[in-house]
Amino acid sequence: MGRYLIHKLASLVPVLLGISLAAFVLGVLSLGDPAELALSQGGYEPTQEQIQAMAHQMGLDAPYPVQYLRWVGRALTGDLGDSYSSRMPVAQELGRRLPVTLKLAVCAMALACAGGLLLGCTAAAFRGRWPDRLIQAVLNLQLSIPAFWLALLLILLFAETLGWLPTSGNGGLRYMILPASVLSSATMATAARLTRSSLLAELGRQYCTAASARGIGRWRLVLRNALPNAIVPVVALLGNSLGGMLGGSVIVESIFALPGIGSYALEAINNRDYPALQGYVLLTGAVYVAITLLVDILSMLLDPKVRLGGRKI
Amino acid sequence: MRKRRSSFQLAFAVTLLAVILLSSLLAPWLAPYDPTAIDTTVKLQGPSAAHWLGVDALGRDMLSRVLYGGRGSILVALAATVLSMFFGMVIGVLGGYFGGWLDWVLTVFSNIFQGLPGTCLMIAIAGILGPGVPNLILALVLTSWAGFSRIVRTETMRLREEAYVEGLRSLGAGPLRILTRHVVPNLLPNIVVLFTTRVGRCVLSIASLSYLGLGLRPPMPDWSVMISDARLHYRSAPHLIIVPGMCIVLLLLGINLLGDALRDRLDVRNEEVREL
Repeated sequence: MGRYLIHKLASLVPVLLGISLAAFVLGVLSLGDPAELALSQGGYEPTQEQIQAMAHQMGLDAPYPVQYLRWVGRALTGDLGDSYSSRMPVAQELGRRLPVTLKLAVCAMALACAGGLLLGCTAAAFRGRWPDRLIQAVLNLQLSIPAFWLALLLILLFAETLGWLPTSGNGGLRYMILPASVLSSATMATAARLTRSSLLAELGRQYCTAASARGIGRWRLVLRNALPNAIVPVVALLGNSLGGMLGGSVIVESIFALPGIGSYALEAINNRDYPALQGYVLLTGAVYVAITLLVDILSMLLDPKVRLGGRKI
Repeated sequence: MRKRRSSFQLAFAVTLLAVILLSSLLAPWLAPYDPTAIDTTVKLQGPSAAHWLGVDALGRDMLSRVLYGGRGSILVALAATVLSMFFGMVIGVLGGYFGGWLDWVLTVFSNIFQGLPGTCLMIAIAGILGPGVPNLILALVLTSWAGFSRIVRTETMRLREEAYVEGLRSLGAGPLRILTRHVVPNLLPNIVVLFTTRVGRCVLSIASLSYLGLGLRPPMPDWSVMISDARLHYRSAPHLIIVPGMCIVLLLLGINLLGDALRDRLDVRNEEVREL
């Protein structure tokens, strides 16, 4: 188990390096001269001398590898540079906005877990009968609906027509219901499908046949006997989708006007504010990697095959 | 039972996709109006005899726009998936067949790409490079080739150990011949299923990026851009978002059902292909 963990941790190093490189290269690829962009926000036209002085001050006259190392060094100490548009430190702004995105992601994940397991177990228990068919049809539809369209439809129905929920904005849990439903929809469907197929695979095994021959009820068989074994891949899937939700939150946050890091990234793109965007990529990348590691450890604790040293190919 | 349902599903998916593809292909002949022609006398009207699906905020005919609106995303999704499949296959086959340090380097490389948060990166790349088809394709390929290479690699490693490949090698067949004539054809069932699901995922990504203004751009109509354009008016004229949204959903539904049916048909057992 210790070896497995060390192996995992070691494999994260190139990924983290890759993320930092990706974020850095994005800044290099950006159209236009960063020094000029930094100076010319708000319609101001800097002179050539000012641009050169700024380039020197920003260290842009150094070769790229040196710039990269300096940038990584600063990022490691928590300095992600200053935003071009607000002149404020990017790290501070990201830190201020991260809780909103995390709240959204946690709500969405709770919905996805509850809905996914409920639908998956029901479908498996009624295999081949109408509840199963109905659930599968709903899941197929959920996987085919783009998040932005679902968001607009839900706003139209629940906020505009029925007036039950707020259209947009940040506030109590009531403000989270629609955004979290939208963000969780695709994950819920994937989790439900995996729960169903994983349960059906378990139910086909001998111990389940034996349990069923002893006269154990269908629900008890599904929930007590099959589910604990079937849940391992579902946990891994749900955990890994948490990272994906950070990406999906860009759309949801922009539609529901939530001040999280996703809408920050979109503002950064529109303002050509590259330090902000780099900071966003670095932060989401790091969070994503941390979540992947946690999920690995969690599935290891759940799965005796992995825990006792079996290796996946 | 399962077979019968899957052939029904296959027929349904193929019909759905055929209708969508044909109507997109034949849009120039089917569309009753020019999809970009502006007519401010009728703006925001609902369905009528003259405009079957109504008109948008600039008085453009929705039916004509919807017919044209799928072309861009379908073509870009196919192009991006073909490209990522090509790169993923080359890298996966090379690493899986030759092994050794080459495999190690390629695996680390693809692990890095798999470890990156795809959607965030895609939005950042498209955002930095700016909207437009080549940049869109680049962003999609960069974030999806690694999915192909991993699966191709494990399958190639499995095939390499098969007795018949061993036999071919002892008969003097070179690596190129073995790979192109014997290994790649055996990868096909996996690749076909993976290709289908990835096209669906690409359509979804393109739709999201285009909605954010980072993907396909006007003047050619696109379903997601139509929805994005309607943001100010959809409360009073819901048909502006319902019609193009339904088109995206039907296209994705067709692709997803096709992927599921093919998976059952071709009996693909690879875990990674199954789960997606």
